[in-house]
Amino acid sequence: MNKIINFLQISGLTWFVPFVRMAAGENPKTQAKDLWMIMGIPIVAFIIFLMLWAQLSSKVVTSLGTVPGPSDVYKQSTLLWQDHKDQRAKEDAFYERQEKRNAKYAEQGRDEKIKWREFTGSPTYIDQIFTSIKTVFMGFIIATLIAVPLGIFCGLSPTVNAAFNPIIQIFKPVSPLAWLPIVTMVVSATYATSDDAWFSKSFLNSAITVTLCSLWPTLINTAVGVASIDKDLMNVGKVLQLNWYTKVTKLVLPSSLPLIFTGLRLSLGVGWMVLIAAEMLAQNPGLGKFVWDEFQNGSSQSLSKIMVAVLTIGFIGFLLDRIMYTLQNLFTFSDKR
Amino acid sequence: MTTLNLPSYLDQTDQVKKRFDALKKRDVILDVKKISKKFDSPQGEVEAIKEISFQTHKREFVCVIGPSGCGKSTLIRMLAGLETPSGGEVLLDGKPVSGPGPDRGMVFQGYTLFPWLTVKRNVMFGLEMSGRSKKNAESEARDWIDLVGLSKFENAYPHQLSGGMKQRVAIARALANRPRILLMDEPFGALDAQTRTKMQSNLLDIWKNIDITILFITHDLDEAIFLADRILVLKAHPGEVNEVIEVPVPHPRSPEQMITPEFLATKKRLEELIHEPEEDVPMNLTLMTDKSDSVD
Ligand SMILES: Nc1ncnc2c1ncn2[C@@H]1O[C@H](COP(=O)(O)OP(=O)(O)OP(=O)(O)O)[C@@H](O)[C@H]1O
Ligand SMILES: [Mg+2]
Repeated sequence: MNKIINFLQISGLTWFVPFVRMAAGENPKTQAKDLWMIMGIPIVAFIIFLMLWAQLSSKVVTSLGTVPGPSDVYKQSTLLWQDHKDQRAKEDAFYERQEKRNAKYAEQGRDEKIKWREFTGSPTYIDQIFTSIKTVFMGFIIATLIAVPLGIFCGLSPTVNAAFNPIIQIFKPVSPLAWLPIVTMVVSATYATSDDAWFSKSFLNSAITVTLCSLWPTLINTAVGVASIDKDLMNVGKVLQLNWYTKVTKLVLPSSLPLIFTGLRLSLGVGWMVLIAAEMLAQNPGLGKFVWDEFQNGSSQSLSKIMVAVLTIGFIGFLLDRIMYTLQNLFTFSDKR
Repeated sequence: MTTLNLPSYLDQTDQVKKRFDALKKRDVILDVKKISKKFDSPQGEVEAIKEISFQTHKREFVCVIGPSGCGKSTLIRMLAGLETPSGGEVLLDGKPVSGPGPDRGMVFQGYTLFPWLTVKRNVMFGLEMSGRSKKNAESEARDWIDLVGLSKFENAYPHQLSGGMKQRVAIARALANRPRILLMDEPFGALDAQTRTKMQSNLLDIWKNIDITILFITHDLDEAIFLADRILVLKAHPGEVNEVIEVPVPHPRSPEQMITPEFLATKKRLEELIHEPEEDVPMNLTLMTDKSDSVD
């Protein structure tokens, strides 16, 4: 049982701990109290929030009608899901027809008539979500590949640190909106797209913008983590006459992993925020574009669609954070485990 | 208080004298020749260590004691090669040392185990780094862990161990690399009194059973007398050798010896040498309780 609880705590799913404990026959009274604190109060607060939202939203009238309340948003989300399913069904039907037609041509020996086309329906809401997630991970991975090694160099050598510090300080506070035009221009100047290119330009634009903004937390945390390694721990390495590479891989990296992961977690959070803004501004496919399109569209359903997007963005951001939190705990050697 | 009629700390029984004679005939492991260390500070150059010379013989246990800030850590770090002397030289087995190396094992005051490795992997670390096969390193590490009595904990992580156990692992890790001399900088300084006494006995047991010479820094007088064959007493500003004491307490040592006349005589001498003049700030007390309440 302790193993289960341990896992739940590492992954931050502490809500379930009282259930496991109760199931294992621990004092139900204390568990019920825990449960009330962990689940009861948040649920009550959430219900109050929904009620306030429902009340207040109907009072605000915009040019597109009143601000959507919880029920509108719920209805809209089921519609978006339905739309996704319809679209998938259409796609399947399209491919099925194409297959049949081509099979028929092949049978008749008219091979010149055989054509394979891609289905070109507009992307559904679910497609947009996955595009956004793919983009943020692409940007985040590039950022990590740059920030961790650079952070290690900065942390190990005061000279390198002094050299990079002003650059970091200046670029860190730059908003994604400022980067975006430059990134767009540079990408279109240097990246020749053909149809079978690995990534589309718009995908690269948003991914690189994410990289530029999510670089800093990882870089700074890695540098701090490496610089603050216990001196005597490094001395142990010196006594063993470790070479530079072994020192970094066996000593420096493991001991700064907890801080590196703190940085990565912050970076992914920043990256997700930046991505939405970048997609909105640059018309790159993804959730941000969905919001922007709906805003331009201005139909009576637009506001509730945007609201669904807002909640989705929040929820995915929360999920990403949970994943990083779990990883962070797995790699942290503290008294918690 | 009655004044004890103590013998001189210089008096040695025949048994002790014989032991020292034999010890002095052994090979010299560490030969320190007039080493000095100067640091640059805002107030100008500070001479932390000034021309310290001494020798340790094979399998000797030498303690270094001195007032706070007298340069004990600086001295041992120079011996380990972690700091370069400003003058003089250090010979290990007759060869000058120029940098850190596995022939001088080091145990620090803080717990310097790798927190991400188990006890076994901590002890294996140095062995693997010196190119041993994993299997070989593992069986050897087991022997050392067994020696310090932690076989049951070989798969535990450092944060699961008590302070005393951590230092035992640190000792095992240092010994596993087969150093010629073990350099220890206040290794038990962070332990509570009881654990500390136990660790001192443990260390003596380890020392008795393997071929190792130990240089041990402490600021605890009892610890120094209990452990050492000879005590190097330093004085501060600049750090110089004040006196070298041959401890007249016979071997094998046990905690009961702490109240024997020769132990107390040595302690008295050490106190004379290291009395740290503490700045006396008088307290300003007024009676804040009823007179009838007196505790006298
Ligand atoms: N890197 C350094 N730069 C400048 N001064 C130093 C440095 N290291 C030590 N010192 C000075 O040298 C002197 C001796 O320091 P050291 O740490 O060796 O003393 P210590 O005897 O080990 O003290 P403690 O009992 O507190 O451990 C001190 O006055 C200290 O301020
Ligand atoms: Mg010291």
